[in-house]
Amino acid sequence: MRYAYIDRKDRVRSDLRGVLLYAFLIFWALISLVPLIWVLINSFKSSNEILLNSLGLPQQITFTNYVTMATYPDMNLLTAFRNSMIICGGVVSGVLIGAGFAAFALGRFDNVFNRYVNALLAGCMLVPAFSTLIPNFVLISASPLRGTWLAVIFPLIASNMSFSTLLLSGYVRSLPKELDEAAIIDGANTMQVFWKIIVPLTKPMFATVGVMTFIWTYNELLLSLVYLPTRNLQPISVILSLVSNMFGTDYGAMMAAICLTILPVLILYVLAQEQVVKGLTAGSVKG
Amino acid sequence: MALKSKKIPLLFLLPALAFIAVFLLLPLGKTIYYSFTSWRNFAPVKKFIGFKNYISLFNNPTLYITLRNTGILIVCALIFQIGVSFLLAVAVDSARHGFKMFRTIFFFPVIISATAIGLMFSLIYKYDAGLLNSLMALMGRDKQVWLTAQSAIYCVAIPTAWQHVGFYFIVFLTGIANVSEDIYESAVLDGITPFQRMIYITIPMLKSLFISNIVLVVSQSFRVFDMVYIITGGGPKHQSELLSSFMYTKAFADYNTGMASAIAIIMIVLGITLTSILRFFAGKIQGDD
Repeated sequence: MRYAYIDRKDRVRSDLRGVLLYAFLIFWALISLVPLIWVLINSFKSSNEILLNSLGLPQQITFTNYVTMATYPDMNLLTAFRNSMIICGGVVSGVLIGAGFAAFALGRFDNVFNRYVNALLAGCMLVPAFSTLIPNFVLISASPLRGTWLAVIFPLIASNMSFSTLLLSGYVRSLPKELDEAAIIDGANTMQVFWKIIVPLTKPMFATVGVMTFIWTYNELLLSLVYLPTRNLQPISVILSLVSNMFGTDYGAMMAAICLTILPVLILYVLAQEQVVKGLTAGSVKG
Repeated sequence: MALKSKKIPLLFLLPALAFIAVFLLLPLGKTIYYSFTSWRNFAPVKKFIGFKNYISLFNNPTLYITLRNTGILIVCALIFQIGVSFLLAVAVDSARHGFKMFRTIFFFPVIISATAIGLMFSLIYKYDAGLLNSLMALMGRDKQVWLTAQSAIYCVAIPTAWQHVGFYFIVFLTGIANVSEDIYESAVLDGITPFQRMIYITIPMLKSLFISNIVLVVSQSFRVFDMVYIITGGGPKHQSELLSSFMYTKAFADYNTGMASAIAIIMIVLGITLTSILRFFAGKIQGDD
């Protein structure tokens, strides 16, 4: 029971409140959706039609813009998709393995240095990418990582590591200790405790951290911009940042590029909305 | 018994710590050192010059523009990401229909990259066929140039706030759901109106959530880059420059790498100082209860 209505005046007042409440909610829903819908609709118009009428529905649905984006010789969006997926795959697996191991050490062993490692990890989250950009650029340029996807995968693993480790170790610590004790009595060694007990039980948190790392990496621009100079290695975010220079007034092509970029995260959002919301808000203190 | 060992946990920590050491801590130290050197074009030679980079930055008017702009970003973020987000969370929490739908819609912009949103908003601002001018034409008004030197920073601040409202909305919504139902029920029996309920119960109960969200908003405002890089590139005439874009231009357009390192250090020091001050005062406020 939320509201107790006492007399008629109260009821009228509460109806009015309900109207205002929904007006506010619908207003913000429109603010959130209208720009996106506008872009989606216009991506199916020719650029000439956009200039004449950008508000209406397309007179004739055309896929020209999508074809332009997929076949442009110097900045092929399909190659960029492949690159994004390779980079995301590398970063997500690197983070899950590295942070998974570290979380086991921090959450399962009582050691004097755990406290210092935790403080170190929390401190690392205060370091913005900008303060490591130049030295990492110098390091990568002089190393064999240069000109490979690893040039951006390795620094991204590092920048996602501290937060993922803290999230995972908190979860691992909350699992009952009796489980490993029972396994050890049965003759399991440390590696077996990790793979057979901790990893399966930590799966929900691995999923959260994985989704979070995937979306952050997919949307990341700065590091790819700086560390990946060759066009055929660049992920979709970099290509998208070049689109307005390359296509000048071809608004249709830009709209199509935006829609194509959003598509993978949209699919993920539709398929696993709760995981995505949990992943991104769990990362609320990450920089 | 359980797991006891000194060496094994170190081995398990090794990969994570190695990545952090090589790509985070070591370069951070180097940036601090570089900020005290005269170093250009990524040349092999650097000359130690003490605080000269910092002194010349503090004499550079662009630095003050970036600070003003960061202030504008923070104010916009407080209005939308704290104010509007909280009101939306209260509204959705008391709405009897469409809870899931509103939640899905409001959160959607959060998952999109700032690059895509930046490009989308620069299309919205376009003079010809932009969404804003099309709406103006529809209402029979004259077209306008939306992105000018004066408005540039707002043209960056608005999409930044627009994108993140859904994030703080979810955080507040979770917080409101965790406030015990009993407190509300006894208040309703006392004849409290929903507005009074928000002011006297929900807000005080969520004080620490407000504080952590404000700290987060402030620290994130120092890191906005993609949006300004895509929409204005810091221009026109540096009017929408932020510390991030200023640093990027100094490093990768002017190749003044020593100076760029100093900007990066100013960014981290200011961010940490401001959030520590906020935490300090927040601690005092909470201590009063």
